[in-house]
Amino acid sequence: MIANYGYKDGSGEYYISIDTDKCTQCPIEHACTRACPKDMYEIITDDYDDRVAAIKAPHRKTLAYDCTGCKPAGGHTTLPCTTACTPGAIRHSW
Amino acid sequence: MNTTAAAAPAAGEKKEYWRWQESVWVDETKNWRDAKFITAGIDVGSVSSQAVVMCDGELYGYSSMRTGSNSPDSANNAIKSVLEKAGGMTLDDLQFVVGTGYGRVNVPFANKAITEIACHARGANYMGGSSIRTILDMGGQDCKAIHCDERGKVTNFLMNDKCAAGTGRGMEVIADLMQIPIADLGPRSFDVDVEPPAVSSVCVVFAKSEALGLLKAGWSKNKVVAAYCQAMAERVVSLLERIGVEKDFFITGGIAKNPGVVKRLERLLKLESVQTKYDSQIAGALGAALFGYTLVQKQGVPAKAASG
Repeated sequence: MIANYGYKDGSGEYYISIDTDKCTQCPIEHACTRACPKDMYEIITDDYDDRVAAIKAPHRKTLAYDCTGCKPAGGHTTLPCTTACTPGAIRHSW
Repeated sequence: MNTTAAAAPAAGEKKEYWRWQESVWVDETKNWRDAKFITAGIDVGSVSSQAVVMCDGELYGYSSMRTGSNSPDSANNAIKSVLEKAGGMTLDDLQFVVGTGYGRVNVPFANKAITEIACHARGANYMGGSSIRTILDMGGQDCKAIHCDERGKVTNFLMNDKCAAGTGRGMEVIADLMQIPIADLGPRSFDVDVEPPAVSSVCVVFAKSEALGLLKAGWSKNKVVAAYCQAMAERVVSLLERIGVEKDFFITGGIAKNPGVVKRLERLLKLESVQTKYDSQIAGALGAALFGYTLVQKQGVPAKAASG
């Protein structure tokens, strides 16, 4: 399942997509939860009883601002969360 | 179907054009006492609450009521409406109850809570058939685009609950502003000589001021409504395109009852939505009741319900 967390507003589209089929195969116990400097990731049991990463509810409506520090303007060349996710389950839409 | 009409305003009271009709229905050809498993789904949404009762995985009854300020009360109100109509059925007769919707964790008699994403997909699969792949839920204060497989299992989803644009609440605001009953908005949006372009902003706040500006510029109410319906359709199409639209396509939620949005949406997608004999608003609660049916078969009747 592809879970898209985020929103679209007048300024653009801001979604973090998590491929839960890849996420369940995580060999490094969800490094994304430790990689995110804003502590935006959590591990949940989804509706189909899989333990997967998700974006914490308060951050789902503020991604454009929360992720700013990890974008090129913040001095990063790669995103900490997508880099830490070795199965390649996490994608940013912007 | 027995429906409850919206209460007429008292003298001096402001008419609420946004008020939609609540409904309660029970299949009187069935006897619930014959069922092996009775399950229920309760969908407490931000604007409406639905309760669905199923007997052995078949729809037996439902209610669709307005959500109040308190989720537990709204859930109780919805289920009691069905139970009263069902003749002798009590909460203890429900062997498994699943709560869903934004108030799902506050359904006091629920055995489990499941997200509305999964429940809408399951409900649409029941209502529209196993060929349904893309579902658009246009809810009261959010909009969900869901992709599912032939069993109604979600394969891709996104939800926009940050902005009221493209939601039922947006339509309610326009109904009040235009002083047109909400059920008439769709049909009246087609009563225009030339289809107008969409309003430039679907933001509920800005659309309101833009609609007022258009009225002042001499546009008819019908033309303004048509422009707003077009804007809503364009808005949700952009959400749907993000997950990819695949046949068959199904619309759930209250706005599925607004042909002004649905027809324009179908025109933009070049795809007709699957029609159903069921009330589009019960999809989430129906899916929750179906999850309950699967769970009670797999796990048995929960201890509390069994002792009751």
